Amino acid sequence: MSHKVAAPGLFDAAITKRAAIDAFRKLDPRRLARNPVIFVTEAVSAVVTAFFVRDLVAQNGAAFFSGQIAAWLWFTVLFANFAEAVAEGRGKAQADALRRTRSDSHAKRLIDPQDKSGMKDVYEGVSALDLKLGDLVLVEAGDLIPGDGEVIEGVASVNESAITGESAPVIREAGGDRSAVTGGTTVLSDGSTFIDRMIALVEGAQRQKTPNELALSILLSGLTIIFLIVCVTLWPLAIYSGAAISVTVLIALLVCLIPTTIGGLLSAIGIAGMDRLIRFNVIATSGRAVEAAGDVDTLLLDKTGTITFGNRMADEFIPVEGVSEHAFGEAALLASLADETPEGRSIVALAKSALGFSTPDLGQEAQIVPFSAHTRISGVDLPGRTLRKGAVDAVAARVKSIPVDFERAVERISRAGGTPLAVSENGRLLGVIHLKDIIKPDIKSRFAALRAMGVKTVMVTGDNPITAAAIAGEAGVDDFIAQAKPEDKLAYIRKEQQGGRLIAMCGDGTNDAPALAQADVGVAMQTGTQAAREAGNMVDLDSDPTKLIEIVAIGKQLLMTRGSLTTFSIANDVAKYFAIIPALFVVAYPELEAINIMKLASPQSAILSAVIFNALIIIALIPLALKGVPYRPVGAAALLRRNLLIYGLGGLIAPFIGIKLIDLAVSAVHLA
Amino acid sequence: MTSIGLAQIAIVLLAVIVAAIPLGNYIATVLAGERNLLSPVLSPIERVFYRLAGVDPAREQNWLAYTMAMLAFSVVGFASLYALQRLQAYLPLNPQGFSGVPADLAFNTSMSFVTNTNWQNYGGESTMSHLTQMLGLTVHNFVSAATGLAMAFALVRGFSRAESPTIGNFWVDLTRSTLYVLLPLSIIVALALVALGVPQTLQGSIEATTLEGAKQMLAIGPVASQEAIKELGTNGGGFFNANSAHPFESPNALSNMLEIWALLVIPFATAFAFGHAVFDYRQGRAIAITMMIVLVAGVSVAYWAEAGGNPLLTEIGVDPSPGNMEGKEVRFGPAMSALFAASTTGTSCGAVNAMHDSFMPLGGLVPLFNMLMGSIAPGGVGAGLYGFLVLAIIAVFIAGLMVGRTPEYLGKKIETREMKLAMLAVLIYPLSVLAFTGVSVMLQTGLASLNNAGPHGLSEILYAFASATDNNGSAFAGLTGNTPWYNTTLGVAMLLGRFAFVIPVLAIAGAFAAKKKGAASVGTFPTHGPLFIGLLLGVIVVLYLLQYFPALALGPIVEHFALLAGKTF
Repeated sequence: MSHKVAAPGLFDAAITKRAAIDAFRKLDPRRLARNPVIFVTEAVSAVVTAFFVRDLVAQNGAAFFSGQIAAWLWFTVLFANFAEAVAEGRGKAQADALRRTRSDSHAKRLIDPQDKSGMKDVYEGVSALDLKLGDLVLVEAGDLIPGDGEVIEGVASVNESAITGESAPVIREAGGDRSAVTGGTTVLSDGSTFIDRMIALVEGAQRQKTPNELALSILLSGLTIIFLIVCVTLWPLAIYSGAAISVTVLIALLVCLIPTTIGGLLSAIGIAGMDRLIRFNVIATSGRAVEAAGDVDTLLLDKTGTITFGNRMADEFIPVEGVSEHAFGEAALLASLADETPEGRSIVALAKSALGFSTPDLGQEAQIVPFSAHTRISGVDLPGRTLRKGAVDAVAARVKSIPVDFERAVERISRAGGTPLAVSENGRLLGVIHLKDIIKPDIKSRFAALRAMGVKTVMVTGDNPITAAAIAGEAGVDDFIAQAKPEDKLAYIRKEQQGGRLIAMCGDGTNDAPALAQADVGVAMQTGTQAAREAGNMVDLDSDPTKLIEIVAIGKQLLMTRGSLTTFSIANDVAKYFAIIPALFVVAYPELEAINIMKLASPQSAILSAVIFNALIIIALIPLALKGVPYRPVGAAALLRRNLLIYGLGGLIAPFIGIKLIDLAVSAVHLA
Repeated sequence: MTSIGLAQIAIVLLAVIVAAIPLGNYIATVLAGERNLLSPVLSPIERVFYRLAGVDPAREQNWLAYTMAMLAFSVVGFASLYALQRLQAYLPLNPQGFSGVPADLAFNTSMSFVTNTNWQNYGGESTMSHLTQMLGLTVHNFVSAATGLAMAFALVRGFSRAESPTIGNFWVDLTRSTLYVLLPLSIIVALALVALGVPQTLQGSIEATTLEGAKQMLAIGPVASQEAIKELGTNGGGFFNANSAHPFESPNALSNMLEIWALLVIPFATAFAFGHAVFDYRQGRAIAITMMIVLVAGVSVAYWAEAGGNPLLTEIGVDPSPGNMEGKEVRFGPAMSALFAASTTGTSCGAVNAMHDSFMPLGGLVPLFNMLMGSIAPGGVGAGLYGFLVLAIIAVFIAGLMVGRTPEYLGKKIETREMKLAMLAVLIYPLSVLAFTGVSVMLQTGLASLNNAGPHGLSEILYAFASATDNNGSAFAGLTGNTPWYNTTLGVAMLLGRFAFVIPVLAIAGAFAAKKKGAASVGTFPTHGPLFIGLLLGVIVVLYLLQYFPALALGPIVEHFALLAGKTF
């Protein structure tokens, strides 16, 4: 949640103005055909308009009524278009901010990178937009990185605050996991860039309906067809009953019944969902991924950096028998002086604070032994003293004997979830340093919230099972994978998926790529490698793994908003029947006045009020569609009960009140 | 309403539930192909059938093959029944020498029996030869019900299986449903009816002397056996024209209660069997409870409407305390008539023990609305369950979204394909009922069959198409159905209601069976508790109210208010 970008106001003046114009542009039936409910509304609006013209020409006195109905039917369409346009406008504003990074980038394209005669750094200045896949560019201090790419030579500190909002610079270097750089663009084979593709999703230009949106559209289309049947067959039934009704009111009934509310807001809800994700600095490659996020059953979280702070801190010096704490502390201090890792620095700090050392001078003869992944040992050679510090098994392999109390201390540390670090001098074990994982303060309550959502959390760590169990217990995760290798993650994901569960994970390294691709929601870190980013279906610009939790909530919110507004839309119909049916037939059967329970002023005012309510409710619900129905981690049953009450029961009652109020207004100003 | 009446209703429904729970267990084992208590006796017979038909019971079918087998079976059944009627004059066992049945009536009747509707536009004793009755109609009473049960279980397998290409073998399901479920139960019920005084003889008629000394011929025959499968198979085609109101079909209150029990027990048992089949008893229980609530609500409204008597008659001094007794048997009374009416339309049975046409407007609204809902409380044999599950799929889809997940029912994700198929199925009912009603009221030939004008006439036509589409078969009466127009359109409505509905359902079965089964968590909302029951009820009421409110407003609703205002039609 670290860098939430401020959302533009719900009805930002500029966005609203543009959306109002777009609403008219979207009247093009070819564009509306994507949305069957609104398309039908537009078609029948045109029919009523034709009747209005006829009434006008014939001067039969019906023009005032049919004109108003026609106007409100068009408003219904326009309001639906407006909702979509506002959502798109907000998405565009977001996208423009992202895009600003690339508009003024220039690239220094290397002319001949293979040149051996010292001319390989000669470049030409080109626009960042002209770069092609495979081009090599030079970036120097002060340059903007022109596009997404891979560092193939050199190392630099890069300020990525433009996209991540994180002011601390990050290191980018050739080889390894931190070789990817992002500019405004990624030069990809399909010609559109990574960020561009995602921007397009927010803007709605390339938006395709997501699977669930498609299924919902089918439900809505089905309902539309059912109500078409109801209204068309009502025509002969009315004639039989001696109550000839005009096509205009029949169409008014149809538009009131078909789910225009959810039909009009459906695409706005989808765009707003993507937009919310972007505001959390997460970009998804598809809307499908956002929906899948709502369905996630299991979260795979790396321990380091997600559950615990990235680095472990020295917490205690435990010397073996016969070595004083002071002597041990000094050896540890000397062995760590040249160690610039956070662990190394924490040892120095502990030696100073706990044992009162001041920074000693290693002297001229000191030989620094840097840490290598191969030996897993570092240290220093001083005259007559060979100090080594490192992983317990690595150091233990180099000493002659291992005291019992050393082993006991190591075991105690491991059981407590710490990391033991052994220190030796001239091949003799001096003791063990207790490095501790510090669990992030709020993480336990967030896992509890996830559990309430029905999402299981699994911690992945390279630690041994004992250590892992201790940290898992302290952090409150449901399960853990200890001593995890990349293939373990993949295997775990496959196993869970076999059991019918959906998995989300985040990762950054190239070795995470297979697991990211296998996971249903794979969030790649912005700082990760290109391979990782291509494998996942979301990229987190902040590289904050805890954001998986927000991503799940956003996915759920998207689906909930759709469901709630659908329920509301359908429930609304009941009241509209009670307004329109007596109005249609009260002349033929005066007895039907009994079901005019709202006591609406006149048949015409009843029909007009229902149509006006139907149009205005779209506008009224735009804020909810854009913000989304609030999600609470309280479990499905409680959530359903709550939403059924608000949107089901509320949807049943609200229109009775709304239509009555509109009727009072309509009859007061003699519109009908 | 009297406490005795309410107690009678309660006793019957309680007896249904008490029997349905173990019967559901048994049906589940039958359709899972497991051994059960009747296997020692029946499995040798079962094997003979398979050998004769050349069916390998171990070989399962995918949904398309299953559907094709079902359709082929129905087409052959339809064609043979049609031929039998048309050619009965040239065939044996035709002592009365009936001529061939006219084409339109033969079409209507064949469709009626193949689709488990048993709409009767003919007078049995004056139209059909013994051969037609026995070889044609009675056989279909069994196999059309068995087909329904088979299709329901094909859908149930869609839920219980995971990543399976097949949904069972139609021939096996058909055989086992008939042999293990319908046959033994109808023998028991038939014997019980005989004990209660229902005739069972091969004799054609007996001569009786009336009190005045006149001679009278009373038609009798193998009534009890016919009666048993009529109710158990939710068929509804009676031996006599007066159906279960006839004293030989249902001589007393006890036989009446037994018949209501018989028509409700298998549909309720099927709901419980569903729970067993998906390994979660509570799922079946939730559905059974929902069905029961809809049924009880219908019975309550009908009983309340009938027990109150007719206000117009009360005004002119008739004692309202016995209730509205027009068209009711004195030995049954309003309570048992209301229960029978709600049960026969809540299932797709269609047998009647009173004239629905003579019910009060709101009392008549109950059977009508029950059928407009597609008879899902508890529905026809098999048909009730699969009809109900389609509604559950739609309800779960909307509700599932509201908890923030891709909707899933019993671990099966409801996606575009399933939604498409479910909506296709759901569309058939309003299309058939409303379109045929709409066209009928516009045509002279449609209106000519009406005996009543105004809203009551509309109710009669609406009722006929609801009954046909729903494969119910009960008639509101007051409409002369045996005309070329109604014979044909009602026949088509039956066809649509059965096959156009069930083909998408079987496709859903195939789609679900092929899907993975998702694991449940706190995040998936439970489909077995009161919340789910409430949701189902809400969706059912709102969905059907929205579809039929205008038509009902012009029929029974306006009639009700008109009656209160002292106007009749």
